Amino acid sequence: MTTLLTLAVLVLVAIAIWQLTKIFELSQLRTEQHQIATDSDNKNNGYMLFGFLVFIYGITIFSFWNYGKFLLPEAGSAHGEEYDSLMLVSFIIIFIVQTLTQALLHYFGYKYAGKKGQKALFYADNDRLEFIWTIIPVIVLAGLILWGLYTWTTIMDVNDEDDPLIVELYAQQFNWTARYGGDDNVLGGANVRMIDIDKANVLGLDEADTYAHDDIIVKELHLPVGRKVNFKMRSQDVLHSAYMPHFRAQMNCVPGMITEFSFTPIYTTEEMRTNPDVMDKVKRTNKIRAEKSASTGEALDPWQFDYILLCNKICGKSHYNMQMKIIVETEEEYNQWIKSQSTFAETVMKDDTNPAFNTVSAVSVAE
Amino acid sequence: MSATAHAHVDDHAHDDHGHHHKETFVTKYIFSQDHKMIGKQYLILGVFVMGFIGIAMSLLFRMQLAWPGESFPIFEALLGKWAPGGVMDADVYLALVTMHGTIMVFFVLTAGLSGTFSNLLIPLQIGARDMASGFLNMVSFWLFAIASAIMIISLFVEAGPAAAGWTIYPPLSALPMAQPGSGMGMTLWLSSMAIFIASSLLGSLNYIVTVINLRTKGMSMTRLPLTIWAFFVTAIIGVISFPVLLSAALLLIMDRSFGTSFFLSDIFIQGEVLHYQGGSPVLYEHLFWFLGHPEVYIVLLPALGITSEVMSTNARKPIFGYRAMIASILAIAFLSTIVWGHHMFISGMNPFLGSVFTFTTLLIAIPSAVKAFNYITTLWKGNLQLNPAMLFSIGLVSTFITGGLTGIVLGDSTLDINVHDTYFVVAHFHLVMGISALYGLFAGVYHWFPKMYGGRLMNKNLGYVHFWVTAICAYGVFFPMHFVGMAGVPRRYYENTAFPMFDELTDIQVLMTVFAIIAAAAQLVFVANFFYSIFYGKVGPKNPWKSNTLEWTAEQEHIHGNWAGPIPEVHRWAYDYSKVYENGDYIIEGQDYVPQHIPLQENEEEMNH
Ligand code: HEM
Ligand SMILES: [Cu+2]
Ligand SMILES: [Cu+2]
Repeated sequence: MTTLLTLAVLVLVAIAIWQLTKIFELSQLRTEQHQIATDSDNKNNGYMLFGFLVFIYGITIFSFWNYGKFLLPEAGSAHGEEYDSLMLVSFIIIFIVQTLTQALLHYFGYKYAGKKGQKALFYADNDRLEFIWTIIPVIVLAGLILWGLYTWTTIMDVNDEDDPLIVELYAQQFNWTARYGGDDNVLGGANVRMIDIDKANVLGLDEADTYAHDDIIVKELHLPVGRKVNFKMRSQDVLHSAYMPHFRAQMNCVPGMITEFSFTPIYTTEEMRTNPDVMDKVKRTNKIRAEKSASTGEALDPWQFDYILLCNKICGKSHYNMQMKIIVETEEEYNQWIKSQSTFAETVMKDDTNPAFNTVSAVSVAE
Repeated sequence: MSATAHAHVDDHAHDDHGHHHKETFVTKYIFSQDHKMIGKQYLILGVFVMGFIGIAMSLLFRMQLAWPGESFPIFEALLGKWAPGGVMDADVYLALVTMHGTIMVFFVLTAGLSGTFSNLLIPLQIGARDMASGFLNMVSFWLFAIASAIMIISLFVEAGPAAAGWTIYPPLSALPMAQPGSGMGMTLWLSSMAIFIASSLLGSLNYIVTVINLRTKGMSMTRLPLTIWAFFVTAIIGVISFPVLLSAALLLIMDRSFGTSFFLSDIFIQGEVLHYQGGSPVLYEHLFWFLGHPEVYIVLLPALGITSEVMSTNARKPIFGYRAMIASILAIAFLSTIVWGHHMFISGMNPFLGSVFTFTTLLIAIPSAVKAFNYITTLWKGNLQLNPAMLFSIGLVSTFITGGLTGIVLGDSTLDINVHDTYFVVAHFHLVMGISALYGLFAGVYHWFPKMYGGRLMNKNLGYVHFWVTAICAYGVFFPMHFVGMAGVPRRYYENTAFPMFDELTDIQVLMTVFAIIAAAAQLVFVANFFYSIFYGKVGPKNPWKSNTLEWTAEQEHIHGNWAGPIPEVHRWAYDYSKVYENGDYIIEGQDYVPQHIPLQENEEEMNH
C-alpha cells in the first residue's frame, strides 16, 4: 500500500516535471510570445476556475463520504449533547456560506474572464449592499455566539450542587494519575514539595491532613454514570491538557495552580460499546489491526472501545502516548470497585514498600 | 493637507538623490540602502532560503505521520543521529514541527512577505525616492539576516533545536530537563527572536514614517493604494505587539538563566523539587498571544493588500468599497489586539474572560467578512485578465473564506473545548493564514517581478502550472485535515498509532502527505521560473498590467531615487479602471485605465469615494 502510493507520487512528479520541461521548451521556442495573459489564457483559466469550483465541492463530498464516519461518536456527557447541537448548527451555516461564496467567486472568475472589447463596469461603491452584508453576518454570528456563551457559562460553572464526585487528575511527564476524595469526598491537601519518592508519595499528599488519609489514588479512572463529576487538575512539571474527546471535555493542567472542569457522564462504557457508530468503528479498526498482524507477523489484540483521557498540550517526548483509560459504569459497579481500592492511609502511610496507588490489573489501554 | 506639506519634501529628496552615487559591489548588493535592493534581499533570504527550509521540514514530519515509525534513507541522511536506522526520533519530530512553525510564521511570512513588499512598494507607490531612513532599513535587514543565521545554527546544536512548539510555552521551554531542545536550542531560539523583533521594529517604524511623511504631492491618505494602507497598518500592529513578545522572551530568559519565577511555580521534575514559586505559565500565554494573534494579521494584511491591488488591476475595475476596505483594515487592526484570549479558553484562565474574548472574536469576524464580499463584488462584471498573479489573488479569497469560516467554531469558547489543539486548528490556520498569505506573496511576486528585475516578466505558463497544482494540493492537504481534527486527533503527536483509537485514520494521513509532497514539488517550478526569469525573462512593456499606480511610471532599470525626472504628482485615486463619461466613452480614449498621475480631464468628475 505505502510503497504503491510512494511510487504513484514519484510517477506523478516525474510526469509533472516532464510536462513542465515541455512547456518550458515551447515557451522558449516562441520567444516573441508575451508573458501577459491573452484572451485564450483568460478563456482557459476561466474554465479552470469553474472546474476548481467543482473540485472544491467534490473534495467536500468526498471527504464527508469517506471520512464523515471518523468523526467522534455521540457525546458521552450531558453538556456534550448541547455541544453537538451547537456544532451541527454552526456547520450547517458554515456550509451554506461556503457553498454560496465559493460559487460566486469562481463563477464570476469564469463568467467575466477577459475578452478583447469587453467593458468592465465601473462600480466602486454601494452603501446598501455593504450594509446588507455587514448586518447579516452580525445577526447570524450574534445568534451563534449568544447560544455559545450561554452554554459556555453553564459548562464552566463548576459548583457543588447535586453532590458531585470530586476527582483529581494529576499530570506528569508522561502519565496520568487520578485521586478520589474517598469516603468524605474531600481531597486532602497536596503540594509538589511534599512529594516523597522513597515513600512512594508521588502526588505529594500531606500526611498531616486527615482529609488525605482516605484518598484513593488510581491509574485508571472509574466514573459512575449519571453523577456529576468535578475534576480538579494538577500538573507537577510542564503544561499538559486533560482531553476527554468523547465527553467534549478539555482543560489544561498548569503547574502552580488547580484548574477545574465538570461534566456528567450519561452512557456507561458498555452502553457506548453498543452504539452503532462505535460498533462500526471498532469493526473497521479491528479489520485494520488484523491486516496489520497478518502483514507484520506481530500479533495485535482486537480492540474494544473505551473512553480515553489524552494529553493535548505538547509536553515532551512521549506526549503522543500520554493517556489513561476511563471506565463509566453503573453506580453499583462503581461502588464495588472503589471499595476494593486501598486508601492513602492504608498504603503509603502504613507501608513504605507499597506503591502509592492501586495498580491496574490487566491494563489494556496501551498496546 | 498633504499637497502643501509635501511639496518641499519632494524637492529636497530630489536634490539628494537626483545625481548618481558611485556604487561598489558591496554598497549595491550587500550593504545596500536602496529600498528596492533591500526588498529583494528580504525576498531571497526570507522566502527562498528560509521558506525552503521550513517547507522541507514539513515534508519530513508529514512523512513520519503518514508512515509512522518507518525507516527512510532521507531521514537518516538529513537528520543523522536523530534518525537512527532512518527512523525519526520523537524528540526530533517535535523539533521539526517547532522550527517549521517558527520559520514559516516569522521568517517567511512576516519578514519575507512584509519585508519584501513594504520595502519595494511603499516608496514606489507613494511617490518617494526611498525610505525615510535608508540606513535603518539596511540595519533592519541585516538584523533579520543575523536572526536567520542564529535560527539555522540552532538546528545543529548537540541536543537539537527548540522543540516546545512555536509558541514555546513554559515550563516545557524553560527547563532543559523537560526536553533536550530546551537547552542550548531554546537559548538560540530566544536570542534569534529577540534580534528578529529588533529588526521588525526598525523596519516597521521606517514604513510608518515613510508613509506619513514622504507621500508625493496630491497623494492624500484617501488616495493611497490599498497595498500601502495594508503595509502601513501592519507596521503599526507590529510596533504595538512585538515589544510584548520581546518582554515575554526576556522574562523567559530570566527564568531560564537567572532563577527568577515569572512563569514557573511548584515544579517537581526528574526526582527533585525546583525552587520556583509563584510564577504563572498562564501569564506567559497572555503575553505570547498578545503578539500571537495580531501576528496572524501581520501575516495576512499585506497579502490582502496585495490582493486588492492585483485584483482591481486585473479585473479592470475599481476595488469595490475602497473606504469600507480601509475601515475594515483599521477595524481589524484595532480588534486584533483584543482577541488574543481565544487561544486560551481552556488554559485555566477565568471563564468570564473567555466570554469576553468570544465576543471580541465575533466582532473581528465582521470586517473580515466584509472584505471577502468586497473582493467577490470586485470580480462581478469585470474584464478579468487571468494572469498568474490574478489567479493567486482569487485563490487567496477562496482559502481565506474556507479557513475563515471554521474560525466561527474556534472563536466560540464552547465549541473550542473539544477541537482546541487538535488537527482542526492546524487545518484552520493553515488555510486562513498560511496558504492565504502564501498566495498573496506569490501574487505579489508575479505581479511586481518586472519592478524588481528591470522590466522582465516571469513565464506565465509555468505560473499557471504553479498555481493550479498548488491550489489543488493545498485543499488536498488541509481540507481532509479538518476531519482528522474532528475525530479527536491532537496536534504535535509523533504518531497516532500508539493506541488503537486513531488506527483507521492512517489512510487520510497518507493522502495528505502525498498532496503535500506534490505541492512542494510544484514550488520548485516557481523557484526555477523565478531564477530563470531574472536572467532570461522577456522584458515587457513599462506598464505591463496597465496599472494605475505610480510604480509603473518609474524607470524600469533600477536607479537610486526611482524616477530620473521629478516625482510625478498625483491627481486621483488608484482605481480609475474602466471609468467612463456619461456617454459611455473611456476617460482616455482607447484606454481602460487612468493612472494616478493623470490630471482630471475636462468634464470628468472625481468620484467621491
Ligand atoms: C507544504 C506546506 C505545509 C504543510 C504540509 C504543513 C504541515 C503542517 C502540519 C501537519 C503541522 C502540524 C504538526 C503537528 O501539530 O504535529 C504544521 C504545523 C504548523 N505549520 Fe505547517 N505546513 C505547511 C505550510 C505552512 C505554512 C505556509 C505556514 C505559515 C503560516 C505553516 C505554519 C505552521 C505552524 C505555525 C504550525 C504550528 C507549529 C507548532 O505547532 O509549533 N505551515 N504544519
Ligand atoms: Cu502531557
Ligand atoms: Cu487569534
